[in-house]
Amino acid sequence: MIRDHFRVFVVNLSEGKGKVAKLDGRNSEVGGSGLAALLFNKYGHPEKPWDDPQQPLIFAVGPLTGYFPLMSKTVCSFKSPYHDQYTESHAGGRSALSLCFSNLDALVVVGRSDRLCCLNISSRSMEIKKIDFMQGMDVLESGKLLRNMFKGSGHRSILRIGPAGENGAAMSCINADTYRHFGRLGGGAAMGVKNLKGIIIQGDAIFPEPEGKEYSKVFAEVYNHITATDMMKKYHNLGTPTNLQALNEIKSLPWRNLQATSDSAISAINGERFAKETLLRNSACSGCPVGCIHVGCVREQFMADHRYTFKQVAYDYEPIFSLGTMLGVIEPRGVLNILDVMEKTGLDAMSGGVALAWATEATEQGLISEKETGVSLSFGDAEAYQQATDLLGTASNDFYRLLGQGTLKAAAQYGGSEFACVLGQEMAGYATGEAFFVAQSLGFRHSHLDCGAYAYDQKHAEQNVDGVIDFLFKDEAERCLMTSMVACLFARGIYKNDLLAECLQSVGYPELAANIEPLGRHIQKLRWQTRIGTGFAPESVTIPKRFFKIKTWKGPIDPEYLNTLKIKYGQAIMQFGEEEK
Amino acid sequence: MKKILITPKIDRCIGCHSCSLACARLVHKRISWDTAGIRIHSSGGLTTGFTANHCLACDPAPCAEACPTDAFSQRKGGGVIVKKTLCINCGDCVAACPVDAIFQDLSGEVFVCIHCGRCVEFCPHNCLEMKEVENILQEEAVS
Repeated sequence: MIRDHFRVFVVNLSEGKGKVAKLDGRNSEVGGSGLAALLFNKYGHPEKPWDDPQQPLIFAVGPLTGYFPLMSKTVCSFKSPYHDQYTESHAGGRSALSLCFSNLDALVVVGRSDRLCCLNISSRSMEIKKIDFMQGMDVLESGKLLRNMFKGSGHRSILRIGPAGENGAAMSCINADTYRHFGRLGGGAAMGVKNLKGIIIQGDAIFPEPEGKEYSKVFAEVYNHITATDMMKKYHNLGTPTNLQALNEIKSLPWRNLQATSDSAISAINGERFAKETLLRNSACSGCPVGCIHVGCVREQFMADHRYTFKQVAYDYEPIFSLGTMLGVIEPRGVLNILDVMEKTGLDAMSGGVALAWATEATEQGLISEKETGVSLSFGDAEAYQQATDLLGTASNDFYRLLGQGTLKAAAQYGGSEFACVLGQEMAGYATGEAFFVAQSLGFRHSHLDCGAYAYDQKHAEQNVDGVIDFLFKDEAERCLMTSMVACLFARGIYKNDLLAECLQSVGYPELAANIEPLGRHIQKLRWQTRIGTGFAPESVTIPKRFFKIKTWKGPIDPEYLNTLKIKYGQAIMQFGEEEK
Repeated sequence: MKKILITPKIDRCIGCHSCSLACARLVHKRISWDTAGIRIHSSGGLTTGFTANHCLACDPAPCAEACPTDAFSQRKGGGVIVKKTLCINCGDCVAACPVDAIFQDLSGEVFVCIHCGRCVEFCPHNCLEMKEVENILQEEAVS
């Protein structure tokens, strides 16, 4: 809905009440990332821990959500159980359109329910339902039950958590509509600590079309860019798994807990192989014609006499890295089987895979044994990893409970921190070099999506501290604008500033359109100030030794360069956060 | 020859809602995935694919028969001609439609496919087609 303010619904689970709030800031904080930071500053408590009932769980969409294709993401922000600081996680599915069509720019959940509950909202209703019977229920089963319990099939989003979120794992995710996730930094636990198992968002509002002919004209231009050119082909063809082969070839794909960055076994587990052996169909986020979601199929014989069942598991590059190459599993079927358990337990598949890779090497080195892991772990053993995933997601013993809080936390107790592949959080699948290692270690979300450092590494062999830092800041600012709109980052090649300004102008945001240039940097600063206000200290983030010992296409990592880059980038972030405070 | 909207390859649908959003935007001047002549739903959860609720071009059309004010009248080749100025928002057409193809908003206004075909080009997987009615009848006779 086009409006000159933000319309936010604030639900207090302790009181069982909701309230609509009207907030200024549309022309400065925009929506998405900017709005989420604005809301955390209003409703958050920087000094209180992440699990304080008063901390908010925030979902925000942008000014173009529902109006233009690929404006299909939602920003979720919260104080993270991983590092007890402010963070964001992003997801698509139906979440963005549902929130937009519930006539909201954001949903804020505060308080804690006295019993396990779910929240059901629409543009004209709110209900909190107690659902004790769903305690410990897996993500897929929870989704099926919630779908049957509430109306609105097709035009709603069902967000839910699994056992990992309920038991407070810092690597638990929020599942969005089965195939998408608010994955990283423990959004599942931030929801679970509120005794909130599910959120159903019904998108039942209807808005008038923007006046004038400009909107139709700009929409047609954007849609044509997306569908009639090859700009999005990479994403709907093999999808992001196409990167597996490419990164392996330039010695940048982590294998077996980053003991190698390339392996000839890649042909067994690359994007082509996944498509050929497992691809069942494609799916899409609402409002996006690209259809980048690749759903794989695994058939499983569970009984004699040809008794079969099948699983549908959505795959991407990242889970194939974390549950495939990182665990030495080189069979697509094995990867999907592990991923299926990650999905059910509600773990972030990237973090979970990297944690199990550390546990495997720790086992090899005799730091831990089956006494801790419950199952014998060895690289390549997909069945063992399925069992271990379940043990991790359900926090089955002290070891897994600690590992679920982060690999470095487990390593602090059991040893092996030097080979824990953690860069602020469990690494993403890019062993591309110094720029990426520093960017993820100190990045706002500790995500490969904070900025394009992995791409910078692939284009620059030379060492240039100032050049890298300049790139990281500029690229992050551009992405902040995108994630405030809230566009899918796959569309960043399409939605350049000029086109975004045209879009904003056409729907009735002339002031945003006229002042688009500084918005990204303003929001970037607001986010960093918010994070710094919750305790971010770059010197407390370490880069484990393993990252200093690898070889990329550029040759061995230069420890001095890596250390210098980290110190300087950390200083630059703190200085940036302090400016104009 | 009259054409009607058919969805012969809806099994290829990826659930992007581009068709619904296009219909609402271009035909009904709304931003919505409800106020559209075609509406996409999962067929029992996202793991089971999608179905499209849209007018199947009945002839005779039960909704036209049910309409007490002639706002809906029989369209040649199937479906209905809609005259919104005659509509009193009673919703009898909604109740009469056997396939839930008509959406009624809170104000009582109804939205149904008029077989204009403007949604077709927005489907990235070519699930939708406009087909001449005679051809459909011939194909059905052959099969």
